[in-house]
Amino acid sequence: MSTVAELPAGAGPAPAEQLAARWEEPRTVRAWFTTVDHKRIGRRYLVTASVFFGLAGVSAILLRTQLAGPEAGLLSPQEYNQLFSMHGTAMIFLFATPMLFGFGNFLVPLMIGARDMAFPRLNAFGYWVFLFAGVFMWASLPAGAAPNGGWFAYVPLTDEVNSPGLHLDVYTLGLLFLGISTTAGAINFIVTALKLRAPGMSLNRVPIFVWAIVATSFMVLFALPALNLDNGLLFLDRRFGTHFFDPEAGGNVLLWQHLFWIFGHPDVYIIVMPALGIVSAVLPAFCRRGLVAYPLVVLGVVSISIISFGVWAHHMFATGLPQLSLSFFSAASSIITIPSGLQLFAWLTTMLLGRLVMRAPLLFVIGFIVTFVIGGFTGAMFALTAFDQQVTDSYFVVAHFHYVLFGGAVFPILAAVYFWLPKITGRMFSERLARWAFWLIFIGMNVTFFPMHLSGLFGMPRRVYTYPEGLGWDPWNLLATLGSYILAVGLLLVVVGVVHALRRGKPAADDPWGGDTLEWATTSPPAPYNFPVLPEVHSLHPVWDPRTAESVAAGAPEARTLAEGRQTIRTSELDARYEQPIEMPESSLRPLVAATGLLVVFGGLLFDWYWVAAGGGLLLALTMVGWLWPPAEPT
Amino acid sequence: MRGGVAAVTEPAALATELPAGRSTGWWGMALFIATESTLFAALLGSYFYLRFQAGPQWPPAGIRPPELFLPLIMTALLLPSSLPLLWAERGIRRGQQWRLRAGLAATIALGASFLSLQAMEYASSLEEFTFTTDVYGSLYYVITGFHGAHVTIGLLMLTWLLAAALRGKFGVRRHERVRIAALYWHFVDLVWAAILFTVYLSPRL
Repeated sequence: MSTVAELPAGAGPAPAEQLAARWEEPRTVRAWFTTVDHKRIGRRYLVTASVFFGLAGVSAILLRTQLAGPEAGLLSPQEYNQLFSMHGTAMIFLFATPMLFGFGNFLVPLMIGARDMAFPRLNAFGYWVFLFAGVFMWASLPAGAAPNGGWFAYVPLTDEVNSPGLHLDVYTLGLLFLGISTTAGAINFIVTALKLRAPGMSLNRVPIFVWAIVATSFMVLFALPALNLDNGLLFLDRRFGTHFFDPEAGGNVLLWQHLFWIFGHPDVYIIVMPALGIVSAVLPAFCRRGLVAYPLVVLGVVSISIISFGVWAHHMFATGLPQLSLSFFSAASSIITIPSGLQLFAWLTTMLLGRLVMRAPLLFVIGFIVTFVIGGFTGAMFALTAFDQQVTDSYFVVAHFHYVLFGGAVFPILAAVYFWLPKITGRMFSERLARWAFWLIFIGMNVTFFPMHLSGLFGMPRRVYTYPEGLGWDPWNLLATLGSYILAVGLLLVVVGVVHALRRGKPAADDPWGGDTLEWATTSPPAPYNFPVLPEVHSLHPVWDPRTAESVAAGAPEARTLAEGRQTIRTSELDARYEQPIEMPESSLRPLVAATGLLVVFGGLLFDWYWVAAGGGLLLALTMVGWLWPPAEPT
Repeated sequence: MRGGVAAVTEPAALATELPAGRSTGWWGMALFIATESTLFAALLGSYFYLRFQAGPQWPPAGIRPPELFLPLIMTALLLPSSLPLLWAERGIRRGQQWRLRAGLAATIALGASFLSLQAMEYASSLEEFTFTTDVYGSLYYVITGFHGAHVTIGLLMLTWLLAAALRGKFGVRRHERVRIAALYWHFVDLVWAAILFTVYLSPRL
């Protein structure tokens, strides 16, 4: 193994062998189910989320094909409703956040110089819950019982009277189920970033990507409860006859919208923020210099995560809220563009002052900047109440949020796929294939979504399964459908590129791009213990900094080798002073069993089998009892 | 293992001499409580939102404002239930196993009495209205029931601690789990104050 051969003398082959013995997992089926390695879990998040992206993408292709011409008969209205609801729900909940959490899982411990996440078993549990919740929701589609009320499921459309059947129960229970995974992941990220940073990595030396993941996680902790409550109340209303959203018995339909958007607007940033973090991580490697205005970018990240909680009602400008409150939310929605713009100018300045190396990841970053700015521009238009009320629920909205989310999340995600593929797989990809993919995606994306601005302004409402001829919408719809095919081919090329790299790719160097963060200081792919010697960080760009490199060379103290056990270093929250080594858990089947218990709970609830659900709860509780029982040896 | 000088200078031995700082588990629980508090805040916020949108009469016609006698006794049981737990935690920090066990048992007894009184209260209020009567009934039972579920989970955690404590699993330097589970109990305990104000006192304002 090259890891051992290249080791600096200080660590010596002996500790590396010790480390490998303690960290490596056998190649057995059991080990596949019991692993707690953050890198394997991160890869699984990436693959699973990509599969859900594919399913949601195929749904979108079907929708676009139906809309290619007027009065088409490919899909029935019922099928159309389920497909567009699943498309939105899956893209938001089952693709965007889990995909970014996948990168976070793989990268955060590497970037901060740790050997795993703070709670490795909780991490495995979070993955299994995500997988089960995703399957739970997608399985409803072939059964004809998929959610059909749109991704934000407004009542009273979605109450028991207007939407009978299991459709919306799949939605509420599926999202509650998934919420457990997202919350667990968020807590894990924050604690990992607070306590496991390598000695010397004080807060002002934390990579922007880690800052972004932490800010996102805080938003999850404070935003997701509103969605969970909303779904819990809707489930109770539908199944047990409570009256939270029933105006006839004193309830209120707007309560749903308030709670949904108190979650939903921060969620836009929950999706976009880690993606912005990716951009800040990719740029320095291809501009050959550090990111400009690091403190301001960090402040921008933090202030976006706070202000995003004060803008939710701009989704409700057309619901008849008091005029005064609209002005407040309009103002907050305009203010939030300032920290976003600040980041944008930091990237542009970095590119201006740097020496650009035009490789595929940078192309995707530039594609991101172009589309995201267009999306941000229409976003600023929506912040004005009067304009919003004109175009609400039209295709203009669809165009806007696809520019924001495709531009703001998918382009950075694709940049990340190419940027970290060598690190994750140890293989280089074909640059030519990647460029073809970029241009097809960039052109396809704009040809798909730009005409929607126009059809929206010409009055086409969103979520219609067809439209009559002669309203002036036909050419724009045909164009959008053609664009979606180009886009699909481009995305397919990405898959081809990844598979090609895995099968035929040249072995990747440890640091193929000359990056500045610690993941490039270890092997590609990293050994199970990440770093033979945990580094001591002396600057914001540890890999470009000779003192940090020295800290892992000859004579590194055993306090940072920790070869005696399965350990990593715990440091203080703010300035990352060395506190003590902590023991990391071994692999375990319990996360999978606990997640299975939860699956039984939610399945039981869905089908009215409450005793089954109780049995699942019991399985979960018993697993937790053993999981958390104090270990035999002193800790 | 090495002997002699190395045994007392290796990182694990040195670390116990240093100020310990907060553990990962402590932070995990603190963040979990943060997200749970947000959930309760959203729930109680929904109560006031629905109340003020529902019209001038609250509770709606046909339902009397909640009785205060039982809830106040429940408060008197639950709010002080954190004290024996604090006392138990301080005890185990000095290695006093009996204080840990006695304190846990006392908190469990107080929490269990709280739950039985809540059951009694339900028995009487269910005669008057249920959660399907109107939105007031829905809010009343969902809020108190949701909190009751948290008390139940808290009690399960404390019982689990007591079982481990009776087997001597905790000691002067090994009581992180006591500290973390206690945090959760204090949270469940304090949330009750907000529920008492919202559900029982605010309709009389």
